[in-house]
Amino acid sequence: MPKHRITRRQFVATVATGVVLATEQTTRAQSGFLHWMGRWNERVDCFLFGPERLGAELPPAETTPAEAFPSYFISDDMPVAPAGWVLKVGGRVARPATFSLEQLQQMTRTDMRVRHHCVEGWSAVAAWYGVRLRDVAEVVGADPRAPYVEFRSFDAGYWSSWDRESALHKQTLLAYGMNDVPLSPDHGAPLRVYSAVKLGYKMVKYLTEVNFLSERTGGYWEDQGYEWFGGV
Amino acid sequence: MEITDRDERWKGRRAQPWLIRLTHWLNVPLLLFMAGSGLQIFAAYPALGPRGALYRWYPWQETELPTWVQFGGWLAGGRHWHFALGWFLVLNGMVYLSYMVARGEWRRRLFLPHRDVHNALLMLAYYLRLRRTAPWNDFYNGLQRLAYSAIIMIGVVEVFSGLAIYKPVQLWWLGYLFGGYDGARVVHLMGLGLLALFTAVHLVMVTLHPRAILTMCTGGKHA
Repeated sequence: MPKHRITRRQFVATVATGVVLATEQTTRAQSGFLHWMGRWNERVDCFLFGPERLGAELPPAETTPAEAFPSYFISDDMPVAPAGWVLKVGGRVARPATFSLEQLQQMTRTDMRVRHHCVEGWSAVAAWYGVRLRDVAEVVGADPRAPYVEFRSFDAGYWSSWDRESALHKQTLLAYGMNDVPLSPDHGAPLRVYSAVKLGYKMVKYLTEVNFLSERTGGYWEDQGYEWFGGV
Repeated sequence: MEITDRDERWKGRRAQPWLIRLTHWLNVPLLLFMAGSGLQIFAAYPALGPRGALYRWYPWQETELPTWVQFGGWLAGGRHWHFALGWFLVLNGMVYLSYMVARGEWRRRLFLPHRDVHNALLMLAYYLRLRRTAPWNDFYNGLQRLAYSAIIMIGVVEVFSGLAIYKPVQLWWLGYLFGGYDGARVVHLMGLGLLALFTAVHLVMVTLHPRAILTMCTGGKHA
């Protein structure tokens, strides 16, 4: 048999190795088939996202009972806002600034009742209110060439980075209220990201910082293997 | 009545041309891993209906799934596998359907009511032991054609209900078709149930008629 032809045994070994490698990648798709397909799917995800497309506004009757709307944090105990809490907005912005909750509340308030889509598969509905991130971006003069936006929190190391288009979507809020009352600690008080166009894990609670960046900076779940784009 | 066996088009063609065989067998691993990764995803919220308003008619709300049916290790792994292999399953299905159309294979494989209803009823009567002999058939009997046509439709519904869950806002019109996001989850899971039922019956039938397995491997005789 000519040397360049692979034997049946080599073929079987190669296929078996491929299957084993493919299975081992399941926890973190850093290379190989799943990584490649993940990148392809991210491009599809970006392509499907319409910056002007809105999540459906729902009637009050669809609201999920407060006790049935799940919430979680990654700290050992419920994160509590530090005294003198302010939101820092920076990165590639013309006028870096800090905002107190009162300052944000003085800006134009936006209300929306939309469906929440969790990566686990459940959905729930609440009415959210707060200020549009696009309005805050305008105040600080965010560089239109900065393609990523990073959200950081005081929930021990929870963060997420987004594409700019989703962050500046009409239905992406820095929310300070839920179901007609100020945001409760379990849902991210005093301020959280809420959006109709992302999966739940992208919406950072207990917000401390918003940064407009040149590079994407992953995220708490994203770095463990969940999709970075996470659009719905 | 159309008698496809006498049709000139089948002259020299095998019962199972190679592209039909290839796409058929590719379905085995693809569907297996799609089901496993899909159930891995479902296991993260093994319930139907939105939070606080679970559907009352579904008897297995929040019932944990056995780990042996799940594939992908954890939720993120299951998602990566499901969204990766889904492309290949769709591609495989499109190759199969294109071939069926291009070569006229649909004529002898799919259920055409005017031709197959009578035969399907006779075949059903035979299976129910109401009739002693199976009706004459040319390539497939009416019930086979009904089953193979139905499973193609279910496959198409699986793809679209899956997309409706994947992008409920961007593809909102698909969600609308299935009764919203949670409706699409119901349809997607029910589709899996029907696929599993089809596979079970299919396995019983080919065990009873092992020649069919051989034909699906070798292609069978030239007509």
